[in-house]
Amino acid sequence: MSDTVIRADKLGKKFIIGHKVQYGGILGEALVRSARGLVRRGADMLHGRAVVEGDEVEEFWALRDVDFEIKRGEVVSIIGHNGAGKTTLLKILSRILEPTLGRVELNGRVASLLEVGTGFHQELTGRENIFLNGAILGMTRREVQARFDQIVDFSGVEKFIDTPVKRYSVGMYARLAFAVAAHLETEILFVDEVLAVGDSEFQKRCLDRMSAVANEGRTVLFVSHNLAAVAALTKRGIVLKGGQLLFDGPIDAAISRYSASLSKGKADRDWGRGHHSAIVSADLLDAQGMPTDTYEPGTPFNLRVEVETTNMPGLGLELQLRDANNLPVGFYSSSIFSQVALPSEPGRHVFTLSLQPLFLASGDYSFDIATNSLTIVVDHGVSNAIPFNVAASSPGGIAYDFKQSLGNGVVALQLAAPLRIERKEREPA
Amino acid sequence: MISSDRPSQRLILEAGRADRQYWRDLWRYRELFFILAWRDVAVRYKQTVIGLAWAFVRPFITMVVFTIVFGKLAKLPTEGAAPYAVLVFAGLLPWTLASSILSDASGSVLTNSQLVSKVYFPRIIIPFATVMVGLVDFCVSLVILAGVMLWYGVVPDWHILMLPLFVALAVLVAIGPALWAAAIVVKYRDFRFVIPFVVQIGLYVSPVGFSAKVVPPEWQLLYSINPMVGVIDGFRWAILGGDSPLYLPGFAVSLLVTAFMLWLGIRTFRRTERGFADLI
Repeated sequence: MSDTVIRADKLGKKFIIGHKVQYGGILGEALVRSARGLVRRGADMLHGRAVVEGDEVEEFWALRDVDFEIKRGEVVSIIGHNGAGKTTLLKILSRILEPTLGRVELNGRVASLLEVGTGFHQELTGRENIFLNGAILGMTRREVQARFDQIVDFSGVEKFIDTPVKRYSVGMYARLAFAVAAHLETEILFVDEVLAVGDSEFQKRCLDRMSAVANEGRTVLFVSHNLAAVAALTKRGIVLKGGQLLFDGPIDAAISRYSASLSKGKADRDWGRGHHSAIVSADLLDAQGMPTDTYEPGTPFNLRVEVETTNMPGLGLELQLRDANNLPVGFYSSSIFSQVALPSEPGRHVFTLSLQPLFLASGDYSFDIATNSLTIVVDHGVSNAIPFNVAASSPGGIAYDFKQSLGNGVVALQLAAPLRIERKEREPA
Repeated sequence: MISSDRPSQRLILEAGRADRQYWRDLWRYRELFFILAWRDVAVRYKQTVIGLAWAFVRPFITMVVFTIVFGKLAKLPTEGAAPYAVLVFAGLLPWTLASSILSDASGSVLTNSQLVSKVYFPRIIIPFATVMVGLVDFCVSLVILAGVMLWYGVVPDWHILMLPLFVALAVLVAIGPALWAAAIVVKYRDFRFVIPFVVQIGLYVSPVGFSAKVVPPEWQLLYSINPMVGVIDGFRWAILGGDSPLYLPGFAVSLLVTAFMLWLGIRTFRRTERGFADLI
C-alpha cells in the first residue's frame, strides 16, 4: 500500500457568479432588464443550468491547477487570503463539492470539521445532540457510546446534559459542539477555521487537543488564519493565492511567503499621487509586525503608511474605517486628533500608527487613506487602501460570532468593569 | 482506536465520476438515516400542548367533514354496505401518508441545507428520513381507523393482512416524485410553490372523499394514471374486503406509473446530488 493518503491532481473548481449592473432608475429600463432576466433564466432552465441572480453572469475559478501529495501521518496547514480557495479545497477533499477539473485520490476514512455543531438541534438535549452530531460527522452509535463520557467530560456540561441545548449559554453550546468534534477518530481529518472561537482558555484546550491529534500519527489538514497556531501545529504549509498553489513546503517558509504575498499584492497597485504628496503603500500589521489582511478583534490596530511629500507644510494624514457596506464607521486625523503634520522636507516617510484596540464584528472592512491640507482639501486620497477582514469575533470570549451582517453595528461594546446587578429593596409602604 | 479496525478505503473524486461506492456508503451511513428520522419524529411535537394528539385530531376532523360533505350533502354512493365514514377514512389514511411524505421530503434537502453544505453523506438519506415522520403519524391514524370500524361494527377479513403491502406502496408512490422534486427544488426554487399546489389539487383528483367507482367505467383506466387511485383502492380492498373489489387493470397502471416515477426520482436525485452544495 502506498504511503500517500491524499493526492490532488490538477484540481480545479469553477463557480458561476452573477453581477448586478447599475442602471439609472428609469422604470422602462428596469422592466426591460427584468424581462431579459426572465428570458435568460428560462433558457437556463431549459438547458438544465442553475439559476444565477444578477444581470450579468461570469465564471469564477475558485481553485485552479492545484497539485499536491500528502503522506500518511503528515500534518499540513493551508494558508491564504480570504477567497484564496482554502475552504473550497477542503470542501472538495471532504466530498461536499465536486471538482470541476482534475482528480483527488484519498486513502483512508475521512472526517471533516468545517464548523462545530453541524446539525445540532435546538429542541434536543445535550445527550441527544451528541449522538446526532456524532452520526452526522460519520461516527457510529457504538463509537459515540464508547466515547460518550470523555465527550461530556471534555465539554464540562454534564449537569445540563439532559437539558435542551436551546437553554444552553452560547459558551456551553460551543464547548459541547467542539467536544464531539474533538473525539472524531478517523485516519484523515480536515479542520477549517473552527478554533477561532471561544475564550483563550478554551482555545488553548482546543489547540492542545489538535496537537494531540496531530501526534497520534493521523493525517490532518488544517486551515487557519491564526499564523501562530499554524506554526505551532504543523510542519508543512501550502499557500494558496487566487485559487492557485503559490507555495508548498516547510511551514516557516510558507508563512513568510504568505506574508510577502500580502505586501507584494499591494505593491502592484499604483495609487497615483496628489499635488503635494503621494501615499505609496499602506499595510495592516500583525503582532509580529508582518503585513496581514486579518484583524484580531480587541488587539491594537497597527498600521504602516508610507507617504511621499514635497515641501508643502501643514499636510495631515487621515484614515477612514469603512465596514462591508462601505459605510464610514471610524475616523482618524493626524492633524486634528494628534496635532501632527506631515514633514515638510521632501522625501519618503514611513508612519507607524498604533490605534487603540477595537472590538470589531466579524466581516470585511477597509481603510481609506488620505493626505489633506488644512483638513479640508484632500490632496491624495486612496479609497480601499487597506482591505482587511475580521474572521471571527467573540466579544464574550465564547463561541458566539458577532457578525456585521447581524445588523447590530460593527463594534461590540465592552464593559469597563464587571457587570453589577443589585437587588433593589422595596421601600416600605 | 475503534475506527482502525475498519479496512482502509480508497476513493477517487473526479468530475462526473459515477460513484461506485455510493450504495456501500449508504449502508455505512444507515445510522445517520435512523438518527435523522428519529430527530424529525422527536422534535415534531415538542412544545405543543396536545402533542401527539395532533396526529389524531387532524385526520379525525377531516374524516367527519368529508363524510358530511361527500356522503350526506353530495350523496355520493359508498362501496357495498360499507359505512361512508369508513370508506372516507380508508382513503384518507394513505392520502395523508403520501401527501405528507411528498411535501416533507420534497423540501427536505433545502431545510437541511446546513448539513448539505458542511458535511458529506449520501444525500438521499435526507428525503428518506422524512418518511418516518409520516409513518409514525400513520400508525396513530390506524388506531382511529380501528376505533371507527369498531363503532360501525365493520369486521375486516383476511384482506387486511395485505395492508402492509399497500402502506409500502403508498410510500413508494410519494417518494418517487418527492425525490425528483427534492433534487429539482435545489436548483429551481419555483418548485417550492408547485408542490403544495399539487398536494392541494391531489386531494380532489384522488378518490379520497369518494369511491373511485363513481368514475365512469370507460374512464377508469385513464383515472388510474394517478397512482394514488391504485393505492387508495388497495387500502379499501384490504380494509373493506368483499365490499370493495380491486380493479386490476387500473391497479396495474398505477403500479407502472409508480415504478416509473420512482426510477425517475432516484435517477434525477443521483445525477444532481453532487452539485447540491454548489447551489444551496
